[in-house]
Amino acid sequence: MSTKVFTFKGGIHPPHYKKQTESLPIENAIEPKFVVIPLSQHIGAPCDPLVQVGDKVKVGQKIGESKAFVSAPVHASVSGTVKKIEPHITTGGSKVNCITIESDGLFEVHESVKPKGKVEDYSKEEILAIIKEAGMTGMGGAGFPTHVKLSPPKDKTIDTLILNGAECEPFLTADHRIMLEKPEQVVTGAKAVMKALGVNKCFIAIEKNKPDAIETMQKAVSGTDGMEIIPLEAKYPQGDEKRIINAVTGREVPSGGLPMDVGCVVDNVGTIATIGNVFLTGMPLVQRVTTVTGSAVKNPKNLYIRIGTLFKDIIEQCGGFSEEPGKIINGGPMMGIVQYTDDVPAIKGTSGILILNKKDAQVPEPSNCIRCGKCVDACPVNLQPFMISRLAILNNFEEAEKYYAADCIECGSCSFICPAKRPLVETIRLAKKEVISKRKKA
Amino acid sequence: MEIKLIGSSSPHIRSEQTTHKIMLDVLIGLLPALAASVFYFGFNSLVLVVLSVVSAVVTEYVLQVIMKKDVAIADLSAVVTGVLVAFNIPSTAPWWIAVMGSVFAIAIAKQIFGGIGFNFMNPALVGRAFLMASWPVHMTTGFIDPITDAVTAATPLAILKGVEGEALQLPSLMDMLLGRMPGSLGETSAILLIIGGVYLIYRGVIKWIIPVVYIGTVAVLAMFVDGPSMVLYHIFGGGLILGAFFMATDYVTCPITDKGKIIYAAGCGALTMLIRSVGGYPEGVSYSILLMNILTPLIDKYVSPKLFGGAKK
Repeated sequence: MSTKVFTFKGGIHPPHYKKQTESLPIENAIEPKFVVIPLSQHIGAPCDPLVQVGDKVKVGQKIGESKAFVSAPVHASVSGTVKKIEPHITTGGSKVNCITIESDGLFEVHESVKPKGKVEDYSKEEILAIIKEAGMTGMGGAGFPTHVKLSPPKDKTIDTLILNGAECEPFLTADHRIMLEKPEQVVTGAKAVMKALGVNKCFIAIEKNKPDAIETMQKAVSGTDGMEIIPLEAKYPQGDEKRIINAVTGREVPSGGLPMDVGCVVDNVGTIATIGNVFLTGMPLVQRVTTVTGSAVKNPKNLYIRIGTLFKDIIEQCGGFSEEPGKIINGGPMMGIVQYTDDVPAIKGTSGILILNKKDAQVPEPSNCIRCGKCVDACPVNLQPFMISRLAILNNFEEAEKYYAADCIECGSCSFICPAKRPLVETIRLAKKEVISKRKKA
Repeated sequence: MEIKLIGSSSPHIRSEQTTHKIMLDVLIGLLPALAASVFYFGFNSLVLVVLSVVSAVVTEYVLQVIMKKDVAIADLSAVVTGVLVAFNIPSTAPWWIAVMGSVFAIAIAKQIFGGIGFNFMNPALVGRAFLMASWPVHMTTGFIDPITDAVTAATPLAILKGVEGEALQLPSLMDMLLGRMPGSLGETSAILLIIGGVYLIYRGVIKWIIPVVYIGTVAVLAMFVDGPSMVLYHIFGGGLILGAFFMATDYVTCPITDKGKIIYAAGCGALTMLIRSVGGYPEGVSYSILLMNILTPLIDKYVSPKLFGGAKK
């Protein structure tokens, strides 16, 4: 392992807030009495239900699928009876068609679930099919179907796989614990993905504030060809895929481009560990590790939950609220999405459930921009956030486009650093949306 | 359970930094030089600073109330302006000079344009320019020479310029470094101003670029204009250190990008030497900064950071 610490230009150093959960082993969640499984937990076409109300289902049984390529199937995470197929509020804020399954408490495993055996015994195409069938999507939050990411067009040559173990979002420790407790899953998953991509180089990039994870993964990959651990500076947004590619390889993904344009694929370690689990046990993506933490939850935990478990059930087994909650967030504090109810199911992308008390949840009162330039220094894309924000507020989206509003990655570094507490990324997001929709029309 | 949740767009955490804390740091950075001023020029320095600060804050408060805006005096920016106006006048100036300067700075240069963040020139320097134009005698002759306690117009730069005839001696370099020389209230103690400036850089309030490039440009040009032996007189003899660390670095009126800051600071340095060597005044720091303030929007328009993943322009 090189002693050099890799990073990118710009970014911020928010407090880590990881102490609450970083040393807590992953705990199996109390089995839910029922689960609400959204038919769309990913970017792409929603699934059509494969079951009907009243059907008996088993754990790992495919219950939703789409014919579209950019989509990912969903599976039953408990065994029991399908009670409802109807819209339910999800973490995205809108109502999505969901399958509600009442658990019979038996957790009977479906016949299709069988250990796959050795990665070496499968061809590239077979591996991709297994990943697709397992309902794999990016588990870091964005939820892009993994098999699509692993099937670049013919004219793109991929030479590098990067496993994203940065976990740069404050509070979250799920990936950290996965690397500590399930390194063999990560390595198995990585081997599968390397084979699917036809690459022989895999970097596992981990922020240096997780020295134990670096050490454990180092041991896990020793003797495995082509895998290398890369220590990263602990800086936000180090885990953004374009930032991590830049830090690890020095390559710059062109504006508007994708990682494959520079020969890279980036996958979250949690995603890779789950792929590893698919090969080791045959179980598709029906469970995940999620960090339940924040100032208003009694007992913060890293929980291994079943997809579709309601937030309120998860929070309850963490001792409930320690005080009146101000915000419940799906994900981390920098890019996570606030929920307006705790009656939403955890999905494949629920890396954390953050519960802030009223004080921490307060939205600060903005004052005038003093042009200090801190947002410009913090922006990892080298934008001028104060300017785009001002233009967005003036509804001058044409001018905002000239300031590259569409290149914003919405990491929130500008809003975090702003001494005047201005809603920078909040307004830039608006400009970005306008610019992109205008481009689509053109 | 019925729960009431707060909805907002991410991010959900913010840094501890505030405008108030930044301004407080600037005030801390100015304190050593104020102490030196009281030590060398007497108690009147403190009186003028207090008067200036009080008038700046009261003006800001009254105008914000009249204009039905949120009263934002707690951000301390008016306090900073008040201190800087006082730093730019002679220590024997009558009390109303300080008051007039601050009122003009806050009312005309800052609040009329929309308050903090919207002024296109440094308010304190506008205040100073107003005083220079209105009461030039008060502004250029009331300097105390701490060595003789005489009131004089002969600042080192005035002597360099030959305004007072050849008979006058330049102060020693050590005296200039410490601030034992005639000059405006807060500009003379180079060493304490540098300590204050380094504190601001250490705290991340300002970057090193503007002071270093500004002073560096003056140094290089001074070498050509007056020879190597005069370089340190140009650096320590007038308001350059105060201007370079505390006035040219004003966020609102200097360019945002690092490259823009370099252009701006080099421009400040060149204009300062131009005024000092061929202009009508012995000192040119404040006018150079004001002129470069006016160019700042133009610099910002043409100098933008290179987009990540964007083609090189």
